[in-house]
Amino acid sequence: MVPLSWYITVSAALFSLGLFGMMTRRNAIALLMSIELMLNAANINLVAFSSYLRGPALTGQIFALFVITLAAAEAAVGIAIVINVYRAVRHINADDVNLMKW
Amino acid sequence: MHLAWLIPILPLAAFLVIIFFGQNLKERSPYVGIAAIAGSFLVSCYAAVTWLAGHGKTGDFICNWAPYGSDMIRVGFSVDALTIMMLFVVTVVSMMVQIFSVGYMHGDKRFPRFFAYLSLFTCAMLSLVIANTLLLMYVSWELVGLTSYLLIGFWFEKPEAMRAAKKAFLVTRVGDVGFFLGLLLLYANVGSLELSKIFEHHTLIAMAAKEVSIPAIGAIAAIILGIFSYGFAAAALKGAKRLPIAIIAGVAVFAIVFALMHSLSVSLSIAAIAALLLFWGAMGKSAQFPLHVWLPDAMEGPTPVSALIHAATMVAAGVYLVARMYPVFHIDQRALMVVAAIGAFTALFAATMGLVMNDIKKVLAYSTISQLGYMMMALGVGGYTAGMFHLMTHAYFKANLFLGSGSVIHGTGTQDMRQMGGLRKKMPWTFLTFAIGTLALAGFPGFAGFFSKDEILLTAYHWEYGKIIFYAGLAGAFMTAFYMTRLVAMTFLGKPRDPSIHAHESWKVMLIPLFILAFLSIAAGYIGIPGHSIFGHYINPEVIGIEGMVEHHFSLVVMLLGTLAGIVGIGIASLIWIWPVLKFDWLKPSFGWVQTIVENKYYMDEINDIVVIKPLMFVNNAMYAFDRWVIDYAIVNGVGWFTLILSRFWSVFDKYVVDGLVNLVAETSKIGGRVLKFTQTGIVQQYAAITVICVILLSWYFLILR
Repeated sequence: MVPLSWYITVSAALFSLGLFGMMTRRNAIALLMSIELMLNAANINLVAFSSYLRGPALTGQIFALFVITLAAAEAAVGIAIVINVYRAVRHINADDVNLMKW
Repeated sequence: MHLAWLIPILPLAAFLVIIFFGQNLKERSPYVGIAAIAGSFLVSCYAAVTWLAGHGKTGDFICNWAPYGSDMIRVGFSVDALTIMMLFVVTVVSMMVQIFSVGYMHGDKRFPRFFAYLSLFTCAMLSLVIANTLLLMYVSWELVGLTSYLLIGFWFEKPEAMRAAKKAFLVTRVGDVGFFLGLLLLYANVGSLELSKIFEHHTLIAMAAKEVSIPAIGAIAAIILGIFSYGFAAAALKGAKRLPIAIIAGVAVFAIVFALMHSLSVSLSIAAIAALLLFWGAMGKSAQFPLHVWLPDAMEGPTPVSALIHAATMVAAGVYLVARMYPVFHIDQRALMVVAAIGAFTALFAATMGLVMNDIKKVLAYSTISQLGYMMMALGVGGYTAGMFHLMTHAYFKANLFLGSGSVIHGTGTQDMRQMGGLRKKMPWTFLTFAIGTLALAGFPGFAGFFSKDEILLTAYHWEYGKIIFYAGLAGAFMTAFYMTRLVAMTFLGKPRDPSIHAHESWKVMLIPLFILAFLSIAAGYIGIPGHSIFGHYINPEVIGIEGMVEHHFSLVVMLLGTLAGIVGIGIASLIWIWPVLKFDWLKPSFGWVQTIVENKYYMDEINDIVVIKPLMFVNNAMYAFDRWVIDYAIVNGVGWFTLILSRFWSVFDKYVVDGLVNLVAETSKIGGRVLKFTQTGIVQQYAAITVICVILLSWYFLILR
């Protein structure tokens, strides 16, 4: 059986990748993808802990399914916003989309 | 007789229809009223027939009206002989009056409303008659008072009519207080207002046995008489020195009466007190002395109203009340003695005023008061049958006379008899019916009044406490014949005195009721022929459960004396006014003051003004001043000022402290927002970085520091 620490390591690596992408990219689509990476890192964590604890309840797994659903919804809304932003300003550079701040 | 409730409801329906649709009905509104009253008349006939077929009390319909406490207020109707008699009187007279009014009120701008009021009055009067609980009686009693007010003041543009209406309402109200007190006293002692409960033998006996002593009645009487003597003197002496003399007169009478009766205290039974309180109410409605002052003034109303309300029906309601409550009166004879005394006094007192009046309606008004006194007197001396019989015959012939006077007023346009004269030729039919009514009222043999008056005199003659009432009755009969002959002579006989008046005979619609009533003025007497009285068979004390009252047998002496009084009255009056043989000018120098007093109606109005109204106004003004200055100015305005000052203070507090706090919160948020807005850079990575840093810091805090 793969020890828990391996899973956590993978998860932490994936999360760091996502965070790195999040910090460095300016393309909004890339930002969304980075968020997906971070969410999936969290999912791995959830499933791993759930499996490791061997409880009768599948709380972690179920929760992971919820997160996937949420991620899909978030991606849909995000992409929709991005497309609208693109239509308005002909680019999707997140730094330059700051019209709506104070 | 469960249909009995229809009798008052039909006129009520007519009232509602006319009052709401009068504008559309206009000239047709009388048909509604007359149809309704005709319906009531037919139902009354039906009730009479079923009652006769049932040989006694056939109908006693009672229902719950309103609960209060653990008790239930119950109202209901019942039909007995007395009721049926009254039903016929009210429906017939009301119908005649409404038909007459079609002609009399023609062209009046409130024509429909007049018939609406008449219908409402009829409804109230009928429900008063068939009520079998005192409460319903009282309600109807007030309702007839209201409609009387509305109808006296029907021409309210005339200030006299307005004042007369107000006066009638207020004076009868004085009586109504008595009725109400009597009602409460009976309720307190019987626990119910249903007549059948009150008339239960043991209840009456218990009430008669409970004696209550009223202390110092002599002193109170002395004070009242003293005050009224002062009022009389003050009113009669119209000179500069009147005030001291009046005060001396008042004090003198007070002193004399006080010396005679200061130690007098009267002990009365509950039954007698209740009966006297009810009689007090009856005195107001039936215009008995000293509450008679409203009735002559009520003549300001349209003449059909005078005929219906102030001659035939409403004023008879007081007599009816006494008759209806007769068991309560009868159980303690002292109550009946008071009734007899006041009735006899009123009969004479009003008749003397009838002798000198020059207004045709005023003479009839005083005649009505006098005749009502006659009825009360009859009831007081135990003549239950006689009083009721006279009520019925009087209703017919007095309605006849009033409608006849209405016809005269309609034809001549004046009410002053001094301007009339010689109308016999111009208004032959009116004259004929009026003459019949006069003869009936004067007690001429063969006419209705003759039989009823004879019966009253017969009972008065046999009264166990003396003959004085009988002589008063004879004197009353004499004066009645006298003033009625004078009335007819001044109005119809002789030559026209005022050439500017062009009299004309009235329309058929006005004459037909006169004919019917004239017929009844003769025929109504024949149901009460002495010895074979159908009336007495159904309406007598035994029917209402009073045992042991002797039925007096026909006495020729009494009849002859009574007839003689009437005929002598007619004769002397004829010798003065028709064939001026007798002259009484020689009496003038020595007895002129008597005439002055009588012509001024014994200064009753002035006495009331001085003794009752002025002090009352003074008290009212004092109350008003108290209200104005103490209550309004000091208390109410004071509270107002105090509140104002307090509110000024609180408004400052509000403005600076409360509002200041609110603004402080707002300002703080504003400044906070102004500072923190710089963190919103619009650079997404910055937000993410801040989040990550915060998470790291939190983790460091939770995982390592703790």
